[in-house]
Amino acid sequence: MIRVQNLVKTFGEFTAVNDISFEVREGEIFAFLGPNGAGKTTTIKMLTTLLKPASGEIELDGLNPVVQSNEARKRFGIVFQDPSLDGELTAYENMELHGVLYHVPRKIRNERIERLLKLFELWDRRNTRVKEFSGGMKRRLEIARGLLHTPKILFLDEPTLGLDPQSRNQLWTHVKHLNETERVTVFLTTHYMDEADRVAHRIAIIDHGKIVAQGSPAELKEQTSTESLEEAFLALTGSTIRDEKAGSIDQMRQMAKMWRR
Amino acid sequence: MGAVYILWLRELKRYVRSRVQILASLGQPLLYLLVLGFGLGPVFQQSGNGSYLQFIAPGVIGMTVLFTSIFSGIGLLWDRQFGFLKETLVAPVPRTTIMIGRTLGGATVAMLQGTLVLAVCLIAGFRPVSLASIPLAFLFMALTAVVFAGLGTAIGSALQDMQGFQLVMNFLVMPIFFLSGALFPLTNLPKVLGAVTKLDPLSYGVDGLRSALLGVSHYGVAVDILVLCVTATIFMALGGYMFSKIQL
Repeated sequence: MIRVQNLVKTFGEFTAVNDISFEVREGEIFAFLGPNGAGKTTTIKMLTTLLKPASGEIELDGLNPVVQSNEARKRFGIVFQDPSLDGELTAYENMELHGVLYHVPRKIRNERIERLLKLFELWDRRNTRVKEFSGGMKRRLEIARGLLHTPKILFLDEPTLGLDPQSRNQLWTHVKHLNETERVTVFLTTHYMDEADRVAHRIAIIDHGKIVAQGSPAELKEQTSTESLEEAFLALTGSTIRDEKAGSIDQMRQMAKMWRR
Repeated sequence: MGAVYILWLRELKRYVRSRVQILASLGQPLLYLLVLGFGLGPVFQQSGNGSYLQFIAPGVIGMTVLFTSIFSGIGLLWDRQFGFLKETLVAPVPRTTIMIGRTLGGATVAMLQGTLVLAVCLIAGFRPVSLASIPLAFLFMALTAVVFAGLGTAIGSALQDMQGFQLVMNFLVMPIFFLSGALFPLTNLPKVLGAVTKLDPLSYGVDGLRSALLGVSHYGVAVDILVLCVTATIFMALGGYMFSKIQL
């Protein structure tokens, strides 16, 4: 479903993603783990057409997102690391806007919005402006929105960041349910190793822009002779805290400043 | 068309729901209208130019349309900051379509704000020569709004954060306003100043508004419309190009 071959992304002198290759099978939950600044979000941005790779190949459901970006965009839904809802609009309006942008016909759109908002327990708050929602409600709405156009692939970039354990548990229950019932392929990143261990079929660990290990949670534990995925992660990426490199926007800003000099 | 409409509608909903912002944005036009209009009125009248309030009202309306439309484009920065821009950029819609929806929405909001200020001007004592000329005034508001919403989108696409905002304000928006003839007549200006005002698209917008509302024109209605149409096309194309280059 997703095939990445020798993918590279550079920002000036800095190589954010360095020659990575991996494959995600249809109907799989694939966790893409790594420390801060390892290259997870940059990879997701390339997979979802927000950034152009420096080199390498990407295939999403048989499409090249760099060339066939609009077609590829119809195939996936995404929940970003940071909120991407319009707080001034209501939950229903955010859903409707998404449905129109994804060309979902009006009748089907209305039915799906109702079904998804009910599924994510937001139907009663459909006419409330999103800025009044809690963090957990916003996350649930973002997932509901990401599923409105029935994507084949769902990208979740640290979807549980800042959520309480109850909301996190509820969110993963929904994701697993979707994966099992609708065969949605899920590509996720998270810093919570217990979550990845619980939901992911396979995991890739990225560090300093390179993939350092791939396999099922059990295989990674066996490979590192550790008891938990967190210990396996630390064994593969080290236990020292590293400084996070600036994000892509910061990198571009730095580049612009260099040009001005 | 659906995408253009929904993004246009989004801008309108955001505007209508921000009542405090609507009231706040009336502050500056009111200040210009009342303080300058009534403060400089006697001096202007003594020099034989008639009522300054009559003269300045189209300029204040033009200023409102300029500020609202250009800031709606720069509002792209907020969408970048608060994440909504990503939602639109990963949608299976050409970026030009997204840009057109957003920009037309911003231009419509600027027109609404301009209409509000026109109403305030009428309350303050401004009297247009004829009510029949009001539709022409709306045409000039619309053209001016599209020109500067397009320019704002181009600027908003190029800026990475709010740090550049003050630069744009001081070195672009304020000069556009002050050089437009909104506050002074364009006749008998020093040569250099006269030449610079001719390069300012807002001077054609304000001149068009004056011709519609007061029946007095410096460049002529046809020239005003032509220049605004050409500038709108250029700035919309520039905005579309810059928007298509955004990477997050």
